[in-house]
Amino acid sequence: MTGAFGRRNALRFALAAFASLALAVSMSRAADDFIIVQSTTSTQNSGLFEHILPLFTKKTGIEVRVVAVGTGEALKNAENGDGDVVFVHSEPDEEKFVADGWGVKRYPVMYNDFIIVGPADDLAKIAGLKQAPDALKKIAAARAPFASRADDSGTHKAELKLWDEAGVDPKASSGSWYLETGSGMGATLNTAVGKQAYALTDRGTWLAFANKDDFKILIEGDDKLFNQYGVILVNPAKHPNVKAKEGQAFIDWLTSSEGQTAISSYKIDGQQLFFPNARPQS
Amino acid sequence: MIDLAQALRAALRQIVNLDPELIQIVALSLKVTLSAVAIATIIGFAVGGMLAVYRFPGRGALAAIINASMGLPPVVAGLFVYLFLSNAGPLGVLQLLYTPQAMIIAQVILVTPIIAALTRQTCEDLFEEYREQLRSLGASSSSIVTTLLWDGRYRLVTAVLAGFGRAIAEVGAVMIVGGNIDHVTRTMTTAIALETSKGNIDLALALGIILLAIALTINMALMGIRRLASNFAYA
Repeated sequence: MTGAFGRRNALRFALAAFASLALAVSMSRAADDFIIVQSTTSTQNSGLFEHILPLFTKKTGIEVRVVAVGTGEALKNAENGDGDVVFVHSEPDEEKFVADGWGVKRYPVMYNDFIIVGPADDLAKIAGLKQAPDALKKIAAARAPFASRADDSGTHKAELKLWDEAGVDPKASSGSWYLETGSGMGATLNTAVGKQAYALTDRGTWLAFANKDDFKILIEGDDKLFNQYGVILVNPAKHPNVKAKEGQAFIDWLTSSEGQTAISSYKIDGQQLFFPNARPQS
Repeated sequence: MIDLAQALRAALRQIVNLDPELIQIVALSLKVTLSAVAIATIIGFAVGGMLAVYRFPGRGALAAIINASMGLPPVVAGLFVYLFLSNAGPLGVLQLLYTPQAMIIAQVILVTPIIAALTRQTCEDLFEEYREQLRSLGASSSSIVTTLLWDGRYRLVTAVLAGFGRAIAEVGAVMIVGGNIDHVTRTMTTAIALETSKGNIDLALALGIILLAIALTINMALMGIRRLASNFAYA
């Protein structure tokens, strides 16, 4: 390493320090034109927001600040008024949120599907089964490890429904082969990989997930694995601080042909992660 | 699966390339933590110094509470602040939730007990030593506190560093009250948690290495100042 290189690096560090200071100062003057969207880990971990939000911000000047938690927590935070829009994936809970007056109206936005992933050696021999509940039955019978979100998220609720259809009560085996991680999708996948456990995940997070090891998609394509996302404006009548105009602008954009195209154009390795299905607005 | 050398290379690449996102994240981490430590230092020095010198009923209980609060789980501090700052909470009108200010408040709660407890210990030890002298000079309690703090200033650097260590490494509280919002409230620690959950273990480790390097630099800088100053004072 030459002295000149060292000096150049020193200069870069000095510049970095200066830039940090400038940034710190600029950040303290927060933009007024922003909305807070309570959303799920699957939309964030899959990288969708990084792809579509800059397009919306460029068009409208409205910055979108995403808080990514499980669907259950997102709805709870929104009930407290800590958000302008919710963008989640658990239809019955979304309907209830609107019916209880916390949200104005639910708009379907897009869908993808859940899949069951597992280690290549597939202890319970579920690969290729057509019905997801059958696969869960075999996993339970083999007492093969299964990692569950267990965090009241949309994916967790979908998983519990599948166990129910399989006629298995996995909670009874919690701590033996049924591992309740109580964390987000990515963290649960890390646990699954570490413990050689099966897991239910949304396809988007799986495609974007970088620590797959020898894990494979073992179950896919069952209608029961459909995963619908919806978007709701938090009711300004309940929480006057809600930025209704900006929030509705975001919802209108997401469900417009422009927003829908932005969603379908997000791909990883040539694979589309989310499929827009908003109803044409009248 | 996890290659440490690869993570180190990734960390170096990030630093040398001066990734603007990284700079923003580092800047926010430092802004939040240094602000919190500065506020906690002022409160902690005052509370710790007074606990060492003043005698009042409940003094022992208060010291015990402060000592115990050193072990306060960050998530609990975060939830506590969330409940107050939420729009459904008493301070919702301030609109501070999901801002760096909320993160600073949470960290002040975490750091103040550490600085206060260590300050009390330092001042108490010094007071033990100089009690007779100070009393015979007829010094008032408040001037004794100031004298002890000034006398113990080099030892108190360690108290501040302990507080800094807690704040810069903490993820539970800033995650809850900050929301880990990209470009707004994403710090080193919440970014590490996020990258880990995306399965980007290398990048997460790289961020961890950078965080350690920053903590080390700040520690060495403060220790250096302390040594220089004490050499100068006792030369």
